[in-house]
Amino acid sequence: MSKSEEEKSEKKSQTQTETENEAQAEETQAEAEAGSEERHERRGARALVEGLKDEGVETMFGITGGAVMPVYDELYDDDDIEHIMMGHEQGAAHAAEAYHSVSGQPGVCLATSGPGATNLITGIADASIDSRSVVAITGQVPTDLIGNDAFQETDTRGITMPITKHNYLVESSDEVPDTVQEAFHISSTGRPGPVVIDLPKDVSKGNTQAQKRDVEVEGYNPTYKGHPEQIKKAAEAIQDAEKPVIFAGGGVIMAEASDEIRELAMENDIPVTTSLQGLGAFPEDHPLSLGMLGMHGTGYANRAITESDLLIAIGTRFDDRATGKIESFAPRAEVIHVDIDPAEISKNIHADIPIVGDAKEVTRNLNDYIEAEFSSPDTADWLEKIDDWKAKYPMEYEDDEDSLKPQYVIEEIDRMTPDDTVVTTGVGQHQMWAAQWYTYKEPRTWVSSGGLGAMGVGLPMAIGAKYGAPDQEVVCIDGDGSFLMTVQELSTAVREELDITVAILNNYYLGMVRQWQELFNDERYAESEMEKLPQFDKIAEAFGAHGERVESEDEVEDALEAAFEYDGPSVIDFIIDPMENVFPMVPAGSGNDEFIMGKGSPGSRIS
Amino acid sequence: MSQPQREPSGVRKGESEKGDGVREHTLAVLVENKPGVLSRVSGLFTRRGFNIDSLAVGETENPNYSRMTIVVKADDKTIEQVSKQLNRLIEVIKVSNLTEDESVERELAMVKVSSDEEVRSEIMQITDIFRATVVDVGRESLVVEVTGDSDKIEAIVDMLRQFGIREMVRTGKISLARGPKTTKAD
Repeated sequence: MSKSEEEKSEKKSQTQTETENEAQAEETQAEAEAGSEERHERRGARALVEGLKDEGVETMFGITGGAVMPVYDELYDDDDIEHIMMGHEQGAAHAAEAYHSVSGQPGVCLATSGPGATNLITGIADASIDSRSVVAITGQVPTDLIGNDAFQETDTRGITMPITKHNYLVESSDEVPDTVQEAFHISSTGRPGPVVIDLPKDVSKGNTQAQKRDVEVEGYNPTYKGHPEQIKKAAEAIQDAEKPVIFAGGGVIMAEASDEIRELAMENDIPVTTSLQGLGAFPEDHPLSLGMLGMHGTGYANRAITESDLLIAIGTRFDDRATGKIESFAPRAEVIHVDIDPAEISKNIHADIPIVGDAKEVTRNLNDYIEAEFSSPDTADWLEKIDDWKAKYPMEYEDDEDSLKPQYVIEEIDRMTPDDTVVTTGVGQHQMWAAQWYTYKEPRTWVSSGGLGAMGVGLPMAIGAKYGAPDQEVVCIDGDGSFLMTVQELSTAVREELDITVAILNNYYLGMVRQWQELFNDERYAESEMEKLPQFDKIAEAFGAHGERVESEDEVEDALEAAFEYDGPSVIDFIIDPMENVFPMVPAGSGNDEFIMGKGSPGSRIS
Repeated sequence: MSQPQREPSGVRKGESEKGDGVREHTLAVLVENKPGVLSRVSGLFTRRGFNIDSLAVGETENPNYSRMTIVVKADDKTIEQVSKQLNRLIEVIKVSNLTEDESVERELAMVKVSSDEEVRSEIMQITDIFRATVVDVGRESLVVEVTGDSDKIEAIVDMLRQFGIREMVRTGKISLARGPKTTKAD
């Protein structure tokens, strides 16, 4: 009802006749019809934007270009969707990923055909392997030019097939409404993943009267409800276990199952370890927390996994960085594996009790069964043993006066930021230090490239995270090499006045490669030294951001304070000890029980 | 410390492991009849390192669907992964493993054999024995068409080899379960 009508209706007396009523009803109906008339005949690009709004999209990240111009033309005077113009399409894809990671809503990115689409690839692949809901819309050359090697033509559907959950080449304007709806449905349900919509220019320019129908995808029916018999088996196994460990992966966070995991752990006194992407699924300051496991996991997490007799794995795909050598991974443990993707069950580690379903729902049912029909295991001795390991293999680093240690910088960031701060990272040593030395207490506060290990994701992810969680502090802990790969996104952050802080842990090396070369390649530092790097504080200033350079411990606090107080993007270049390594470490090809605690210090195998 | 106690397959030592012998499996895969589906399926095999022996595809009685018959050499763990990964594809409706079922299997081959007047009748005799047919004949060669299971094809090809096979084409296996069992959309 329009405003004038409301006024009219307010003035109406109670003795309103039926005819008046009818007349008003007809008027309202006519108005509604006029509205749908407006939606009736429109360009494909308009239908796309309508579809995005229907899916609740408020923010998208992209870069314009020839083949996608009709879509941008529709966004030009649209008030509902905010489009963020990025510096590079790679940044758009990573920003969309982070938007999903912190908000749980699908991230949307937009690029033109050819190079625009190929520049999205890294972000799409990253979303695929880390299970993030991203809808990537790409322009394409007109349908009659497809296959002609036309200007800015690439086979986006073909190229993205192996790295998407599904993808579409839209062949007519009439297909647009259904395709958009289906893409969001597939991307955001079940195991989240990226979906690409490739939109030829004649399709986005052509008119259509089509409206979306009920979404129905015959070959796609994710299972949310776990099999009750299997869940009972799991409850019984938990009741009978002496050395149980919960292994929580990124799926716990995706499924919003953190509360249920906490209940499962705390009600039954079961220790919890997480994968890299599971950080924040369980509060790391809790006595039951073992922190992260795997290649750079804690010594006590890896010892606990190796000794355990029951592994409760929820929403994890047993990545090789987490398991180490398969033969040595939880060798005595019966394995309960909860996953929404049946293909993950028994892919790497055999599941004795497989449960296909949604982590939240299954864990809730599991908690209910344990409470109603089973009892908690007696884990007192087990927890005592774990406390011994915590004392024997503490997380520590050598703090020396002459150099700035990366771990110290991260501890300071941890101390000075609230619990719901979002941490994004690039890939390398700094990423592992950020995983180890910042205390994650809440889900959706850790955003990083795990499975793909894509350097350069930190800054664009910080941008995407800020849009997904505008009221939270966002800190990007970056490396010198990673930062340089997507440095152009500083211009995006400055233009959009985003209050984010980038802390570069700068050792003038591609540090993780340098560490491997030191430990396994006789210190042959092939192409890992980054000589003559630009001054990142000056670069920040040139972009219009706040920049600082820090070389000693006593400058850290002031520099961080200034950055957090600065209302806009800040970059602090922390010049750290170039020879500092990430420990503990499980050498590649070794079992998780063969970790090295530090240079020359004994590992578990030796002690 | 403990000795390693898991097999590379992820199964604990001493636990009953599925038979890990590599053998030939026949999968019936019902898919949506849309462009790009074959590419998705074959790409999946390539990407995951599965071995396709043969793949035959065609429309079904319902034009909305195509049916693929895929022959894969794999151990039990791998074939389970193949089926699960195929099922992950949005356009895959159903995957059935016909290996354990009683099923009717057929393959068609056409073989161009060198033949002059001297050996033509001998080739015709071999063709008759295998219930195959000669579908083209020329002065220097003829074309034999044969339908049957893979063993029969191998056998006739083996017999024809002595005359000189100029070229050959095979469809790959197609397969239907015997009895009422079907691979259909539920």
